[in-house]
Amino acid sequence: MATSSPTRKSLWHRLSTFFYLRPGLTLAAMLAAPLLWLGVVYVGSLFALLLQSFFRLDDFTGQVVRRFTLYTYSQLFTAANIDIMIRTSGMAAAVTLACALVAFPVAYYMARHAEGRAKAALYLAVLLPLWSSYLVRVYAWKLILAKEGIVSWFISQLRLDWALDRILQLPVIGGPSLSVSMLGMWLVFVYVWLPYMILPIQAALERVPQSLIDASGDLGARPAETFRKVILPLAFPGVVAGSIFTFSLTLGDFIIPGTIGNSSYFLGQAVLSHQGTAGNVPMAAALTAVPMVIMAVYLIIAKKLGAFEAL
Amino acid sequence: MAGGGSFAPPALCRKPREAAISHSPSAIVTHSSSSPAPAVSFVNVSRHFGEVKAVDGVSLDINDGEFFSLLGPSGSGKTTCLRLVAGFEQPTAGSIQLHGEEVANLPPYERDVNTVFQDYALFPHMTVGENVAYGLMIKKVPKPERDKRLGEMLELVRLPGLAGRRPSQLSGGQRQRVALARALINHPRVLLLDEPLGALDLKLRQQMQIELKAIQRQVRITFVFVTHDQEEALTMSDRLAVFNLGKIEQIGSPAEVYEHPATAFVAGFVGVSNLIRGEIAQAITGSAQTFSIRPEKIQLRDLGQPVSGDEYSVEGRIRDVIYLGMHTRYLVELSGGSDLTVVEQNLRTTSMDVLAARGRAVRLVWQKAHVRPVGN
Ligand SMILES: Nc1ncnc2c1ncn2[C@@H]1O[C@H](COP(=O)(O)OP(=O)(O)OP(=O)(O)O)[C@@H](O)[C@H]1O
Ligand SMILES: [Mg+2]
Repeated sequence: MATSSPTRKSLWHRLSTFFYLRPGLTLAAMLAAPLLWLGVVYVGSLFALLLQSFFRLDDFTGQVVRRFTLYTYSQLFTAANIDIMIRTSGMAAAVTLACALVAFPVAYYMARHAEGRAKAALYLAVLLPLWSSYLVRVYAWKLILAKEGIVSWFISQLRLDWALDRILQLPVIGGPSLSVSMLGMWLVFVYVWLPYMILPIQAALERVPQSLIDASGDLGARPAETFRKVILPLAFPGVVAGSIFTFSLTLGDFIIPGTIGNSSYFLGQAVLSHQGTAGNVPMAAALTAVPMVIMAVYLIIAKKLGAFEAL
Repeated sequence: MAGGGSFAPPALCRKPREAAISHSPSAIVTHSSSSPAPAVSFVNVSRHFGEVKAVDGVSLDINDGEFFSLLGPSGSGKTTCLRLVAGFEQPTAGSIQLHGEEVANLPPYERDVNTVFQDYALFPHMTVGENVAYGLMIKKVPKPERDKRLGEMLELVRLPGLAGRRPSQLSGGQRQRVALARALINHPRVLLLDEPLGALDLKLRQQMQIELKAIQRQVRITFVFVTHDQEEALTMSDRLAVFNLGKIEQIGSPAEVYEHPATAFVAGFVGVSNLIRGEIAQAITGSAQTFSIRPEKIQLRDLGQPVSGDEYSVEGRIRDVIYLGMHTRYLVELSGGSDLTVVEQNLRTTSMDVLAARGRAVRLVWQKAHVRPVGN
């Protein structure tokens, strides 16, 4: 075998050795395609989009004027747009908070208690909704939350209609029914993004060795203290990772606000209408920059809070 | 300085104690007498995991201030015993007392016991200083006092100046010291150590053995030390318990356990022993009772040489020679087909000499006094 095909083998050998001795080159060869994708298609298109935000739309001709200007950005900060930004960020924050609160116990149970079949079943339960169409689920929720829907029916069976009515009369979150209120929108957002919060928290908790929890108790900490001083800080990077998903997904979404909400605009809808209906691509691009800036600020704050120290 | 790893049991051992296996629970419950209650007391303790009897009817007393080792092969229940003392596990049956107080329903955070974990279990998100002072922080000890004790403790384990580092920035030996300091800073009445030196290389391990022993003498805390390394157990302990399959085979001082192994298992596990049973035993001693003889107690003689009245002897052929520098190990095949291990120091012999002995017929001789009858 060793001498049967010396030329072919030695060529293969030489090639292997050539790359083995040049790890940098090997890395470059392996990463070339993905980097090209990431650099050109991904970041490149984003850059092209942002470039658009420094152009402006000529109001008379309806043409994009390809000259550098901050005019579009100055137009961004109208009262209506600021309203949209605050509404969207507030919703994203509320959704993220609720997702974290709901996801943590689920993730904790999955990571630290469930075993075997129960764990597999939980995984399935978390992931299954992601396999069905997002649009279908949102429309299903529209029916569930409708005035004649199952939620209203259930609440009236409990003779709690008055409570629901009272809540729906509240200024910002209320509306004629759950299906056209901020409250309903918030519920649906929490539902659709929950898996994106559960999975990173679960992964982070799974990496906390039992011996650390034992050690904390051994050193005199009650379970609640162990949770605050050891488990939570170590799971925090997972919470931050999850919140990056829920926060940015909420910032950019236009289907749920369009389906469940009342008529008040969200960022995603504004981008859609500027870009599609009005043909104002520079304005749409400038609006896209907003969630990017919000996320950057969010991450800087998270870093300041020490979210990544346990990584 | 580097004597920590020497093979012989330490010459310095405490005055003989009665074997501490207590067969009657009443012996422990009465602590009104003058002698203080043992630091740790197990009475018929069992911990079963389904079919697995991790700890099975264990009774032992560990005295206050003692360096006590739990020695046994992997899976023999040592860690489970330690976790029972710490409170991470609850016994399936039996009673556990710390200083005379029943602790069956006491959670770990209410026991005056601290643990050095096998994997050290340092908190990765805290600095060395925060790790070590964790117990004091939980007890709400004021910051100045905390810092003072932290400084003393880092001094004790010889890690001054590392308080600001992260555990990930430490070497294995340094992590081990941090884990020790984190447990000791609370002044527990009992310190539990689960194979704390297992992850260290030989040299560092021997150095840490000496240091651990010195620290124990200094702080006068009861140490319960788990190890599967018999040499470590013999050199460090005041007394040790040999575990097998969840049960205790023998409790005693290192010298007792080494010189008088109570069972065949102990004879085989603690040091190297030749076990001779059945017909061969009959031929040598005149009785079929199984006995053990340590390899270093056997002399190799030429066939013709005389044997005195207080010696046993048997003939064999050297099947293999393993030259180990300081000494040589011979595998001698007896006529019955079984092998005996003999260890001789290379006092005058060279490697050439000993290797030439392979295949030679020899007479093995040992003092009758060195024979230990063992149960099965
Ligand atoms: N939580 C558990 N569930 C089931 N079986 C367990 C559990 N903990 C320990 N065991 C079993 O109990 C037995 C004793 O385990 P233990 O950890 O006490 O051994 P050990 O003497 O510390 O061994 P080692 O030297 O390998 O650490 C083993 O057979 C182990 O598989
Ligand atoms: Mg163990």
